[in-house]
Amino acid sequence: MSTAVDRTGLGSAALDVEQIRRDFPILDQTIHGKRLVYLDNAATSQKPRAVIDAIVRYYQHDNANIHRGVHTLSMRATEAHDEARETVRHFIQAADASEIVFVRGATEAVNLVAETYGRANVSAGDEVLITAMEHHSNIVPWQMLCEEKGAHLRVAPMNDAGELELDAFEKLLSPRTRLVAVAHVSNALGTVNPVRKIVQLAHAHDVPVLVDGAQAVPHLPVDVQALGCDFYAFSGHKVYGPTGIGVLYGKEEVLAEMPPYQGGGDMISSVTFEKTTYNVVPYKFEAGTPDIAGAIGLGAALNYVMGLGMDRVAAHEHELLEYATEVVGGLPGVRLIGTAKERAGALSFTLDHVHPHDLGTILDREGVAIRTGHHCAQPVMDRFGIPATARASFAVYNTKEDVDALAKGIRAAREVFA
Amino acid sequence: MTADKTDLGDLYQEIILEHSKAPRNYRKPAAANQEAEGYNPLCGDRCAVYINMDGDAIRDIGFQGSGCAISRASASMMTQILKGKTRAEASELFEQFHKLVTGEEKTVANASDLGKLAAFAGVSKFPARVKCATLAWHTLQSALDDKPDSKHDPVSTE
Repeated sequence: MSTAVDRTGLGSAALDVEQIRRDFPILDQTIHGKRLVYLDNAATSQKPRAVIDAIVRYYQHDNANIHRGVHTLSMRATEAHDEARETVRHFIQAADASEIVFVRGATEAVNLVAETYGRANVSAGDEVLITAMEHHSNIVPWQMLCEEKGAHLRVAPMNDAGELELDAFEKLLSPRTRLVAVAHVSNALGTVNPVRKIVQLAHAHDVPVLVDGAQAVPHLPVDVQALGCDFYAFSGHKVYGPTGIGVLYGKEEVLAEMPPYQGGGDMISSVTFEKTTYNVVPYKFEAGTPDIAGAIGLGAALNYVMGLGMDRVAAHEHELLEYATEVVGGLPGVRLIGTAKERAGALSFTLDHVHPHDLGTILDREGVAIRTGHHCAQPVMDRFGIPATARASFAVYNTKEDVDALAKGIRAAREVFA
Repeated sequence: MTADKTDLGDLYQEIILEHSKAPRNYRKPAAANQEAEGYNPLCGDRCAVYINMDGDAIRDIGFQGSGCAISRASASMMTQILKGKTRAEASELFEQFHKLVTGEEKTVANASDLGKLAAFAGVSKFPARVKCATLAWHTLQSALDDKPDSKHDPVSTE
Protein backbone atom coordinates (compact mmCIF):
# COMPACT_ATOMS: atom_id res chain seq x y z
CA MET A 1 0.00 0.00 0.00
CA SER A 2 2.79 2.39 0.74
CA THR A 3 4.79 1.53 -2.31
CA ALA A 4 5.03 4.06 -5.08
CA VAL A 5 3.67 2.62 -8.27
CA ASP A 6 4.85 3.79 -11.66
CA ARG A 7 1.41 4.82 -12.89
CA THR A 8 2.58 6.34 -16.10
CA GLY A 9 4.11 3.26 -17.63
CA LEU A 10 6.34 5.66 -19.52
CA GLY A 11 9.68 4.73 -18.01
CA SER A 12 11.93 7.69 -18.52
CA ALA A 13 9.56 9.34 -21.00
CA ALA A 14 7.75 12.58 -20.34
CA LEU A 15 4.79 12.94 -17.98
CA ASP A 16 1.21 13.05 -19.22
CA VAL A 17 0.45 16.42 -17.68
CA GLU A 18 -3.15 16.53 -18.90
CA GLN A 19 -3.77 13.28 -17.06
CA ILE A 20 -2.01 14.66 -13.97
CA ARG A 21 -4.17 17.80 -14.06
CA ARG A 22 -7.25 15.60 -13.78
CA ASP A 23 -5.84 14.22 -10.51
CA PHE A 24 -6.20 17.69 -8.95
CA PRO A 25 -9.90 18.53 -8.54
CA ILE A 26 -9.27 22.17 -7.63
CA LEU A 27 -7.75 22.95 -11.02
CA ASP A 28 -11.09 22.37 -12.72
CA GLN A 29 -12.54 25.83 -12.14
CA THR A 30 -12.62 29.33 -13.50
CA ILE A 31 -11.54 32.50 -11.68
CA HIS A 32 -13.23 35.69 -12.84
CA GLY A 33 -14.41 33.74 -15.87
CA LYS A 34 -10.91 32.59 -16.81
CA ARG A 35 -9.27 29.18 -16.53
CA LEU A 36 -7.46 28.94 -13.17
CA VAL A 37 -3.71 29.17 -13.70
CA TYR A 38 -2.17 28.36 -10.35
CA LEU A 39 1.42 29.59 -10.16
CA ASP A 40 1.74 30.07 -6.41
CA ASN A 41 3.05 26.61 -5.64
CA ALA A 42 5.98 27.85 -3.59
CA ALA A 43 3.42 29.19 -1.11
CA THR A 44 1.44 25.98 -1.14
CA SER A 45 0.72 23.32 -3.72
CA GLN A 46 -2.68 21.90 -4.63
CA LYS A 47 -3.69 18.43 -3.48
CA PRO A 48 -4.33 15.41 -5.66
CA ARG A 49 -7.46 13.35 -5.14
CA ALA A 50 -5.29 10.57 -3.69
CA VAL A 51 -4.41 12.82 -0.74
CA ILE A 52 -7.93 14.10 -0.18
CA ASP A 53 -9.28 10.54 -0.37
CA ALA A 54 -6.66 9.18 2.03
CA ILE A 55 -7.63 11.75 4.66
CA VAL A 56 -11.36 11.10 4.18
CA ARG A 57 -10.80 7.34 4.29
CA TYR A 58 -8.82 7.64 7.49
CA TYR A 59 -11.53 9.64 9.25
CA GLN A 60 -14.33 7.47 7.89
CA HIS A 61 -12.76 4.08 8.61
CA ASP A 62 -9.68 4.08 10.79
CA ASN A 63 -9.74 7.12 13.10
CA ALA A 64 -8.39 6.37 16.58
CA ASN A 65 -5.49 7.52 18.71
CA ILE A 66 -2.20 5.82 18.03
CA HIS A 67 0.30 3.94 20.20
CA ARG A 68 -2.15 3.29 23.03
CA GLY A 69 -5.17 1.21 22.19
CA VAL A 70 -5.37 -2.55 21.86
CA HIS A 71 -8.51 -2.18 19.81
CA THR A 72 -8.63 -2.64 16.07
CA LEU A 73 -9.06 0.98 15.05
CA SER A 74 -6.11 2.10 17.16
CA MET A 75 -3.97 -0.59 15.61
CA ARG A 76 -5.06 0.43 12.12
CA ALA A 77 -4.37 4.08 12.83
CA THR A 78 -0.97 3.25 14.33
CA GLU A 79 -0.08 1.11 11.37
CA ALA A 80 -1.12 3.81 8.88
CA HIS A 81 0.89 6.41 10.80
CA ASP A 82 3.96 4.13 10.87
CA GLU A 83 3.54 3.48 7.18
CA ALA A 84 3.51 7.22 6.47
CA ARG A 85 6.81 7.57 8.37
CA GLU A 86 8.30 4.80 6.29
CA THR A 87 7.08 6.51 3.12
CA VAL A 88 8.83 9.72 4.18
CA ARG A 89 12.00 7.76 4.90
CA HIS A 90 11.89 6.27 1.44
CA PHE A 91 11.11 9.66 -0.16
CA ILE A 92 14.24 11.32 1.22
CA GLN A 93 16.31 8.11 1.31
CA ALA A 94 16.97 8.21 5.04
CA ALA A 95 18.67 5.18 6.54
CA ASP A 96 15.99 4.48 9.12
CA ALA A 97 12.38 5.53 9.81
CA SER A 98 13.39 6.51 13.35
CA GLU A 99 15.24 9.44 11.81
CA ILE A 100 11.94 10.94 10.64
CA VAL A 101 10.33 13.30 13.18
CA PHE A 102 6.84 14.54 12.36
CA VAL A 103 6.36 18.24 13.04
CA ARG A 104 3.91 20.93 11.87
CA GLY A 105 6.08 22.11 9.02
CA ALA A 106 9.56 23.24 8.05
CA THR A 107 9.27 26.21 10.40
CA GLU A 108 8.68 23.98 13.41
CA ALA A 109 11.46 21.66 12.28
CA VAL A 110 13.99 24.52 12.32
CA ASN A 111 12.69 25.78 15.65
CA LEU A 112 12.92 22.28 17.10
CA VAL A 113 16.59 22.06 16.20
CA ALA A 114 17.28 25.57 17.50
CA GLU A 115 15.55 24.88 20.79
CA THR A 116 17.07 21.46 21.42
CA TYR A 117 20.31 20.96 19.57
CA GLY A 118 20.97 24.70 19.51
CA ARG A 119 20.40 25.29 23.20
CA ALA A 120 22.53 22.30 24.13
CA ASN A 121 25.44 23.15 21.84
CA VAL A 122 25.60 26.90 21.32
CA SER A 123 27.18 29.07 24.02
CA ALA A 124 28.22 32.69 24.44
CA GLY A 125 30.65 33.74 21.71
CA ASP A 126 29.73 30.84 19.43
CA GLU A 127 28.46 31.32 15.90
CA VAL A 128 25.63 30.05 13.74
CA LEU A 129 26.25 30.41 10.02
CA ILE A 130 23.40 30.94 7.55
CA THR A 131 23.22 32.42 4.04
CA ALA A 132 21.93 35.68 2.61
CA MET A 133 19.07 33.92 0.82
CA GLU A 134 17.29 32.33 3.76
CA HIS A 135 13.56 32.46 4.40
CA HIS A 136 12.66 34.23 7.67
CA SER A 137 11.96 30.80 9.17
CA ASN A 138 15.64 29.91 8.79
CA ILE A 139 16.80 33.26 10.18
CA VAL A 140 14.61 34.16 13.14
CA PRO A 141 14.96 30.92 15.17
CA TRP A 142 18.76 31.35 14.99
CA GLN A 143 18.54 35.01 15.92
CA MET A 144 16.44 34.07 18.94
CA LEU A 145 18.93 31.38 19.91
CA CYS A 146 21.92 33.70 19.45
CA GLU A 147 20.25 36.40 21.50
CA GLU A 148 19.47 33.97 24.30
CA LYS A 149 23.01 32.56 24.36
CA GLY A 150 25.04 35.64 23.53
CA ALA A 151 26.13 33.94 20.30
CA HIS A 152 26.58 35.52 16.86
CA LEU A 153 24.68 34.98 13.62
CA ARG A 154 26.96 34.99 10.59
CA VAL A 155 25.63 35.40 7.07
CA ALA A 156 27.38 34.07 3.97
CA PRO A 157 26.87 36.46 1.03
CA MET A 158 25.49 35.79 -2.44
CA ASN A 159 26.43 37.32 -5.77
CA ASP A 160 24.25 39.41 -8.10
CA ALA A 161 22.84 36.28 -9.72
CA GLY A 162 21.62 35.07 -6.34
CA GLU A 163 24.24 32.35 -5.97
CA LEU A 164 25.96 31.59 -2.69
CA GLU A 165 29.58 32.75 -2.63
CA LEU A 166 31.20 29.50 -1.57
CA ASP A 167 34.64 30.97 -0.90
CA ALA A 168 33.18 33.54 1.45
CA PHE A 169 31.06 30.84 3.03
CA GLU A 170 34.11 28.72 3.71
CA LYS A 171 35.99 31.65 5.22
CA LEU A 172 33.09 32.23 7.62
CA LEU A 173 33.44 28.71 9.02
CA SER A 174 35.37 29.37 12.21
CA PRO A 175 36.36 27.39 15.29
CA ARG A 176 33.35 29.03 16.94
CA THR A 177 30.83 27.87 14.32
CA ARG A 178 28.42 25.43 15.95
CA LEU A 179 25.90 24.97 13.16
CA VAL A 180 25.32 25.79 9.50
CA ALA A 181 21.70 26.34 8.40
CA VAL A 182 21.09 26.69 4.68
CA ALA A 183 18.23 26.55 2.21
CA HIS A 184 18.43 23.75 -0.35
CA VAL A 185 16.41 25.92 -2.76
CA SER A 186 15.76 29.63 -2.19
CA ASN A 187 12.04 30.42 -2.01
CA ALA A 188 12.47 33.95 -3.32
CA LEU A 189 15.05 33.33 -6.04
CA GLY A 190 14.78 29.67 -6.98
CA THR A 191 18.54 29.23 -6.49
CA VAL A 192 19.60 25.63 -5.88
CA ASN A 193 22.42 25.66 -3.36
CA PRO A 194 25.34 23.23 -3.69
CA VAL A 195 24.32 21.47 -0.49
CA ARG A 196 26.66 18.54 -0.86
CA LYS A 197 29.63 20.85 -1.19
CA ILE A 198 28.40 22.98 1.70
CA VAL A 199 28.12 19.89 3.90
CA GLN A 200 31.64 18.77 2.93
CA LEU A 201 33.08 22.17 3.80
CA ALA A 202 31.20 22.35 7.09
CA HIS A 203 32.03 18.79 8.10
CA ALA A 204 35.70 19.46 7.38
CA HIS A 205 35.36 21.94 10.26
CA ASP A 206 33.30 19.47 12.33
CA VAL A 207 30.23 21.66 11.96
CA PRO A 208 26.84 20.00 11.49
CA VAL A 209 24.47 21.23 8.79
CA LEU A 210 20.72 21.80 8.79
CA VAL A 211 19.15 22.00 5.33
CA ASP A 212 15.84 23.80 4.85
CA GLY A 213 14.35 21.68 2.08
CA ALA A 214 10.88 23.24 1.98
CA GLN A 215 11.35 24.49 -1.59
CA ALA A 216 13.46 21.55 -2.75
CA VAL A 217 11.48 18.38 -2.08
CA PRO A 218 8.61 19.31 -4.43
CA HIS A 219 11.01 19.84 -7.32
CA LEU A 220 14.10 17.66 -6.95
CA PRO A 221 14.84 14.07 -5.96
CA VAL A 222 16.40 14.35 -2.49
CA ASP A 223 18.74 11.80 -0.91
CA VAL A 224 19.74 12.93 2.57
CA GLN A 225 22.44 10.29 2.83
CA ALA A 226 24.04 11.42 -0.41
CA LEU A 227 23.83 15.04 0.73
CA GLY A 228 25.37 14.03 4.05
CA CYS A 229 23.46 16.68 5.99
CA ASP A 230 22.74 16.24 9.69
CA PHE A 231 19.23 17.71 9.56
CA TYR A 232 16.76 18.16 6.72
CA ALA A 233 13.47 20.04 7.15
CA PHE A 234 10.43 20.28 4.91
CA SER A 235 6.70 21.00 4.91
CA GLY A 236 4.07 18.58 3.64
CA HIS A 237 1.79 21.16 2.08
CA LYS A 238 4.35 22.34 -0.45
CA VAL A 239 4.74 18.81 -1.80
CA TYR A 240 1.05 18.06 -2.45
CA GLY A 241 0.29 17.05 1.15
CA PRO A 242 -1.99 18.70 3.71
CA THR A 243 -1.11 21.75 5.80
CA GLY A 244 -0.09 21.23 9.42
CA ILE A 245 2.32 18.36 8.82
CA GLY A 246 6.02 18.48 8.10
CA VAL A 247 9.21 16.58 8.64
CA LEU A 248 12.46 16.95 10.47
CA TYR A 249 15.02 14.41 9.38
CA GLY A 250 17.99 14.01 11.69
CA LYS A 251 20.83 11.53 11.71
CA GLU A 252 19.99 8.98 14.37
CA GLU A 253 23.16 9.52 16.39
CA VAL A 254 22.54 13.29 16.39
CA LEU A 255 18.88 12.98 17.36
CA ALA A 256 19.68 10.49 20.09
CA GLU A 257 22.03 12.95 21.80
CA MET A 258 19.58 15.84 21.65
CA PRO A 259 17.43 16.87 24.61
CA PRO A 260 13.68 16.51 24.08
CA TYR A 261 11.57 19.27 22.55
CA GLN A 262 8.15 19.52 24.21
CA GLY A 263 7.06 17.54 27.24
CA GLY A 264 3.92 15.44 27.33
CA GLY A 265 2.44 12.11 26.40
CA ASP A 266 4.09 9.78 23.88
CA MET A 267 7.54 11.34 24.34
CA ILE A 268 8.20 9.43 27.55
CA SER A 269 8.88 5.82 28.38
CA SER A 270 8.09 6.19 32.08
CA VAL A 271 6.97 8.99 34.36
CA THR A 272 6.94 9.28 38.14
CA PHE A 273 6.79 12.55 40.00
CA GLU A 274 10.46 12.12 40.79
CA LYS A 275 11.80 11.19 37.38
CA THR A 276 10.82 10.87 33.76
CA THR A 277 12.60 8.67 31.27
CA TYR A 278 12.31 9.93 27.74
CA ASN A 279 11.21 7.77 24.86
CA VAL A 280 13.53 6.81 22.03
CA VAL A 281 13.81 8.77 18.79
CA PRO A 282 11.71 9.92 17.02
CA TYR A 283 9.00 9.75 19.72
CA LYS A 284 11.11 11.80 22.11
CA PHE A 285 10.33 14.80 19.88
CA GLU A 286 6.65 14.05 19.32
CA ALA A 287 4.82 14.94 22.52
CA GLY A 288 1.05 14.67 22.46
CA THR A 289 -1.33 13.23 19.92
CA PRO A 290 0.20 14.02 16.54
CA ASP A 291 -1.52 15.10 13.33
CA ILE A 292 -2.32 11.51 12.39
CA ALA A 293 -4.50 12.36 9.40
CA GLY A 294 -1.90 14.86 8.25
CA ALA A 295 0.87 12.25 8.30
CA ILE A 296 -1.32 9.82 6.38
CA GLY A 297 -2.16 12.55 3.87
CA LEU A 298 1.53 13.37 3.51
CA GLY A 299 2.32 9.71 2.92
CA ALA A 300 -0.32 9.62 0.17
CA ALA A 301 1.16 12.77 -1.39
CA LEU A 302 4.69 11.38 -1.42
CA ASN A 303 3.49 8.10 -2.89
CA TYR A 304 1.71 10.12 -5.55
CA VAL A 305 4.84 12.03 -6.64
CA MET A 306 7.06 8.98 -6.34
CA GLY A 307 4.54 7.21 -8.56
CA LEU A 308 5.08 9.91 -11.16
CA GLY A 309 8.83 9.66 -10.58
CA MET A 310 10.70 12.57 -9.02
CA ASP A 311 13.21 12.52 -11.88
CA ARG A 312 10.43 13.10 -14.36
CA VAL A 313 8.76 15.72 -12.15
CA ALA A 314 12.10 17.54 -11.97
CA ALA A 315 12.63 17.27 -15.73
CA HIS A 316 9.15 18.60 -16.51
CA GLU A 317 9.49 21.53 -14.12
CA HIS A 318 12.98 22.31 -15.36
CA GLU A 319 11.63 22.59 -18.88
CA LEU A 320 8.81 24.83 -17.67
CA LEU A 321 11.19 27.07 -15.75
CA GLU A 322 13.46 27.39 -18.78
CA TYR A 323 10.45 28.26 -20.92
CA ALA A 324 9.17 30.80 -18.38
CA THR A 325 12.63 32.35 -18.05
CA GLU A 326 12.74 32.83 -21.80
CA VAL A 327 9.14 34.01 -22.29
CA VAL A 328 8.71 36.17 -19.19
CA GLY A 329 12.35 37.28 -19.12
CA GLY A 330 11.99 38.41 -22.73
CA LEU A 331 9.03 40.70 -22.06
CA PRO A 332 9.79 44.43 -22.16
CA GLY A 333 10.24 45.94 -18.70
CA VAL A 334 10.77 42.61 -16.95
CA ARG A 335 13.83 42.22 -14.71
CA LEU A 336 14.47 38.71 -13.44
CA ILE A 337 15.54 38.59 -9.79
CA GLY A 338 17.70 35.52 -9.29
CA THR A 339 19.51 34.26 -12.35
CA ALA A 340 21.57 31.48 -10.79
CA LYS A 341 22.83 28.74 -13.09
CA GLU A 342 21.06 26.14 -10.96
CA ARG A 343 17.47 27.04 -10.28
CA ALA A 344 14.28 25.20 -9.43
CA GLY A 345 10.64 25.92 -8.82
CA ALA A 346 10.33 29.68 -8.92
CA LEU A 347 10.77 32.66 -11.19
CA SER A 348 11.01 36.00 -9.38
CA PHE A 349 10.82 39.26 -11.28
CA THR A 350 9.93 42.92 -11.26
CA LEU A 351 8.13 44.89 -13.96
CA ASP A 352 9.09 48.49 -14.74
CA HIS A 353 6.51 51.04 -13.57
CA VAL A 354 4.22 48.34 -12.18
CA HIS A 355 4.40 47.45 -8.52
CA PRO A 356 4.15 43.69 -7.86
CA HIS A 357 0.88 44.12 -5.94
CA ASP A 358 -0.76 45.84 -8.85
CA LEU A 359 0.54 43.14 -11.14
CA GLY A 360 -0.81 40.47 -8.78
CA THR A 361 -4.27 42.05 -8.79
CA ILE A 362 -4.34 42.36 -12.57
CA LEU A 363 -3.13 38.77 -13.06
CA ASP A 364 -5.78 37.52 -10.65
CA ARG A 365 -8.44 38.99 -12.91
CA GLU A 366 -6.88 36.92 -15.69
CA GLY A 367 -7.24 33.81 -13.54
CA VAL A 368 -3.50 33.71 -12.84
CA ALA A 369 -2.46 33.24 -9.20
CA ILE A 370 1.05 34.36 -8.29
CA ARG A 371 2.68 35.60 -5.11
CA THR A 372 3.74 39.20 -4.73
CA GLY A 373 5.67 40.77 -1.90
CA HIS A 374 8.87 40.04 -0.02
CA HIS A 375 8.22 36.28 0.21
CA CYS A 376 9.26 36.22 3.88
CA ALA A 377 12.78 36.94 2.69
CA GLN A 378 13.25 40.65 3.35
CA PRO A 379 17.05 40.43 3.47
CA VAL A 380 16.94 39.02 -0.07
CA MET A 381 14.85 42.00 -1.21
CA ASP A 382 17.30 44.37 0.50
CA ARG A 383 20.21 42.62 -1.22
CA PHE A 384 18.66 43.40 -4.62
CA GLY A 385 17.53 46.88 -3.56
CA ILE A 386 13.85 46.24 -4.17
CA PRO A 387 10.87 46.20 -1.81
CA ALA A 388 9.11 43.26 -3.42
CA THR A 389 8.95 40.94 -6.41
CA ALA A 390 6.34 39.02 -8.32
CA ARG A 391 6.97 35.29 -8.13
CA ALA A 392 5.59 32.58 -10.36
CA SER A 393 6.25 29.13 -8.97
CA PHE A 394 5.61 25.81 -10.62
CA ALA A 395 4.27 22.38 -9.87
CA VAL A 396 3.99 19.16 -11.83
CA TYR A 397 0.51 20.11 -13.13
CA ASN A 398 1.64 23.37 -14.74
CA THR A 399 1.98 23.68 -18.49
CA LYS A 400 3.48 25.99 -21.07
CA GLU A 401 -0.05 27.34 -21.59
CA ASP A 402 0.06 28.47 -17.96
CA VAL A 403 3.28 30.36 -18.67
CA ASP A 404 1.68 31.91 -21.77
CA ALA A 405 -1.30 33.05 -19.65
CA LEU A 406 1.16 34.63 -17.22
CA ALA A 407 2.94 36.43 -20.05
CA LYS A 408 -0.36 37.67 -21.45
CA GLY A 409 -1.33 39.03 -18.03
CA ILE A 410 2.01 40.81 -17.65
CA ARG A 411 1.47 42.49 -21.01
CA ALA A 412 -2.02 43.54 -19.92
CA ALA A 413 -0.61 45.02 -16.72
CA ARG A 414 1.93 47.00 -18.69
CA GLU A 415 -0.85 48.45 -20.81
CA VAL A 416 -2.82 49.55 -17.76
CA PHE A 417 0.21 51.46 -16.53
CA ALA A 418 1.44 52.57 -19.95
CA MET B 1 -6.00 53.43 -20.83
CA THR B 2 -8.15 52.47 -17.87
CA ALA B 3 -7.80 48.69 -17.75
CA ASP B 4 -11.19 47.57 -19.10
CA LYS B 5 -14.88 47.68 -18.35
CA THR B 6 -14.60 45.23 -15.46
CA ASP B 7 -13.83 45.74 -11.77
CA LEU B 8 -10.24 46.32 -12.76
CA GLY B 9 -11.24 49.55 -14.48
CA ASP B 10 -13.04 50.61 -11.30
CA LEU B 11 -9.88 50.01 -9.30
CA TYR B 12 -7.38 51.62 -11.63
CA GLN B 13 -9.29 54.77 -12.46
CA GLU B 14 -7.48 57.29 -14.65
CA ILE B 15 -6.97 59.72 -11.79
CA ILE B 16 -5.47 56.97 -9.59
CA LEU B 17 -3.05 55.89 -12.30
CA GLU B 18 -2.11 59.50 -12.92
CA HIS B 19 -1.36 60.21 -9.24
CA SER B 20 0.58 56.96 -8.89
CA LYS B 21 2.84 57.97 -11.76
CA ALA B 22 3.27 61.57 -10.64
CA PRO B 23 2.51 61.77 -6.93
CA ARG B 24 1.87 65.26 -5.52
CA ASN B 25 3.57 66.57 -2.38
CA TYR B 26 6.15 63.79 -2.55
CA ARG B 27 8.52 65.63 -0.24
CA LYS B 28 9.31 66.49 3.33
CA PRO B 29 8.20 70.08 3.87
CA ALA B 30 11.04 72.13 5.32
CA ALA B 31 8.76 73.38 8.08
CA ALA B 32 7.40 69.94 8.98
CA ASN B 33 7.03 69.69 12.75
CA GLN B 34 5.15 66.40 13.08
CA GLU B 35 5.68 63.13 11.27
CA ALA B 36 5.10 59.40 11.37
CA GLU B 37 6.18 56.33 9.47
CA GLY B 38 3.74 53.69 8.30
CA TYR B 39 4.55 50.13 7.39
CA ASN B 40 2.58 47.21 6.02
CA PRO B 41 4.55 44.17 7.21
CA LEU B 42 2.68 41.79 4.91
CA CYS B 43 3.72 43.46 1.69
CA GLY B 44 6.60 45.65 2.80
CA ASP B 45 5.00 48.94 1.73
CA ARG B 46 6.36 51.97 3.54
CA CYS B 47 5.00 55.46 3.85
CA ALA B 48 6.21 58.48 5.79
CA VAL B 49 3.83 61.42 6.33
CA TYR B 50 5.16 64.85 7.27
CA ILE B 51 2.95 67.69 8.42
CA ASN B 52 3.42 71.28 9.35
CA MET B 53 0.75 72.02 11.96
CA ASP B 54 -0.30 75.59 12.54
CA GLY B 55 -2.28 75.37 15.75
CA ASP B 56 -5.10 73.00 14.92
CA ALA B 57 -4.74 73.31 11.15
CA ILE B 58 -2.61 71.39 8.66
CA ARG B 59 -0.66 74.16 6.94
CA ASP B 60 1.48 71.85 4.79
CA ILE B 61 1.73 68.11 4.27
CA GLY B 62 3.94 65.75 2.27
CA PHE B 63 4.75 62.07 2.05
CA GLN B 64 7.52 59.72 0.93
CA GLY B 65 7.81 55.97 0.64
CA SER B 66 7.50 52.95 -1.58
CA GLY B 67 4.41 51.04 -2.48
CA CYS B 68 1.93 50.03 -5.13
CA ALA B 69 -0.10 52.33 -7.35
CA ILE B 70 -3.04 52.30 -4.97
CA SER B 71 -0.98 53.27 -1.94
CA ARG B 72 0.96 55.98 -3.80
CA ALA B 73 -2.14 57.50 -5.36
CA SER B 74 -3.97 57.37 -2.05
CA ALA B 75 -1.14 59.14 -0.26
CA SER B 76 -0.81 61.72 -3.01
CA MET B 77 -4.53 62.56 -3.13
CA MET B 78 -4.73 62.55 0.66
CA THR B 79 -2.09 65.27 0.90
CA GLN B 80 -4.01 67.37 -1.62
CA ILE B 81 -7.31 67.24 0.20
CA LEU B 82 -5.86 67.79 3.67
CA LYS B 83 -4.07 71.09 3.18
CA GLY B 84 -5.79 73.68 5.36
CA LYS B 85 -7.98 71.13 7.14
CA THR B 86 -8.25 70.90 10.92
CA ARG B 87 -7.43 67.83 12.93
CA ALA B 88 -11.14 67.02 13.36
CA GLU B 89 -11.85 67.49 9.66
CA ALA B 90 -8.98 65.20 8.77
CA SER B 91 -10.25 62.47 11.10
CA GLU B 92 -13.74 62.83 9.67
CA LEU B 93 -12.39 62.48 6.13
CA PHE B 94 -10.45 59.35 7.09
CA GLU B 95 -13.61 57.85 8.51
CA GLN B 96 -15.49 58.56 5.29
CA PHE B 97 -12.63 57.29 3.17
CA HIS B 98 -12.40 54.11 5.21
CA LYS B 99 -16.10 53.45 4.75
CA LEU B 100 -15.75 54.08 1.05
CA VAL B 101 -12.88 51.64 0.44
CA THR B 102 -14.30 48.92 2.67
CA GLY B 103 -17.67 49.18 0.96
CA GLU B 104 -19.42 50.17 4.16
CA GLU B 105 -20.63 53.33 2.43
CA LYS B 106 -22.55 52.07 -0.57
CA THR B 107 -23.06 55.33 -2.40
CA VAL B 108 -20.36 57.80 -3.17
CA ALA B 109 -22.89 60.61 -2.65
CA ASN B 110 -22.82 59.93 1.08
CA ALA B 111 -19.12 60.59 1.01
CA SER B 112 -19.32 63.76 -1.01
CA ASP B 113 -16.77 65.56 1.20
CA LEU B 114 -14.17 63.26 -0.29
CA GLY B 115 -14.34 64.92 -3.69
CA LYS B 116 -11.83 63.29 -6.05
CA LEU B 117 -11.10 60.63 -3.47
CA ALA B 118 -14.40 59.04 -4.47
CA ALA B 119 -12.31 57.43 -7.22
CA PHE B 120 -11.20 54.90 -4.61
CA ALA B 121 -14.68 53.37 -4.34
CA GLY B 122 -13.50 50.55 -6.63
CA VAL B 123 -11.10 49.33 -3.93
CA SER B 124 -14.08 47.86 -2.05
CA LYS B 125 -14.27 45.10 -4.68
CA PHE B 126 -10.66 44.16 -3.87
CA PRO B 127 -10.58 43.46 -0.12
CA ALA B 128 -6.91 42.48 -0.33
CA ARG B 129 -6.09 46.02 -1.41
CA VAL B 130 -7.88 47.98 1.34
CA LYS B 131 -4.66 48.15 3.33
CA CYS B 132 -2.87 49.67 0.35
CA ALA B 133 -5.46 52.44 0.18
CA THR B 134 -5.46 53.17 3.92
CA LEU B 135 -1.75 52.97 4.77
CA ALA B 136 -1.19 56.70 4.24
CA TRP B 137 -4.26 57.58 6.29
CA HIS B 138 -3.25 55.37 9.20
CA THR B 139 0.15 57.02 9.05
CA LEU B 140 -1.49 60.44 8.98
CA GLN B 141 -3.38 59.68 12.17
CA SER B 142 -0.16 58.74 13.84
CA ALA B 143 1.48 61.92 12.54
CA LEU B 144 -1.39 64.01 13.90
CA ASP B 145 -0.90 62.39 17.31
CA ASP B 146 2.82 62.98 17.10
CA LYS B 147 4.27 65.37 19.61
CA PRO B 148 5.88 68.20 17.66
CA ASP B 149 9.48 67.44 16.66
CA SER B 150 9.68 63.99 18.26
CA LYS B 151 10.30 60.54 16.79
CA HIS B 152 8.01 57.50 16.75
CA ASP B 153 8.20 53.84 15.88
CA PRO B 154 6.54 53.04 12.55
CA VAL B 155 2.77 52.53 12.73
CA SER B 156 1.75 49.16 11.31
CA THR B 157 -1.33 48.13 9.36
CA GLU B 158 -1.31 44.84 11.26
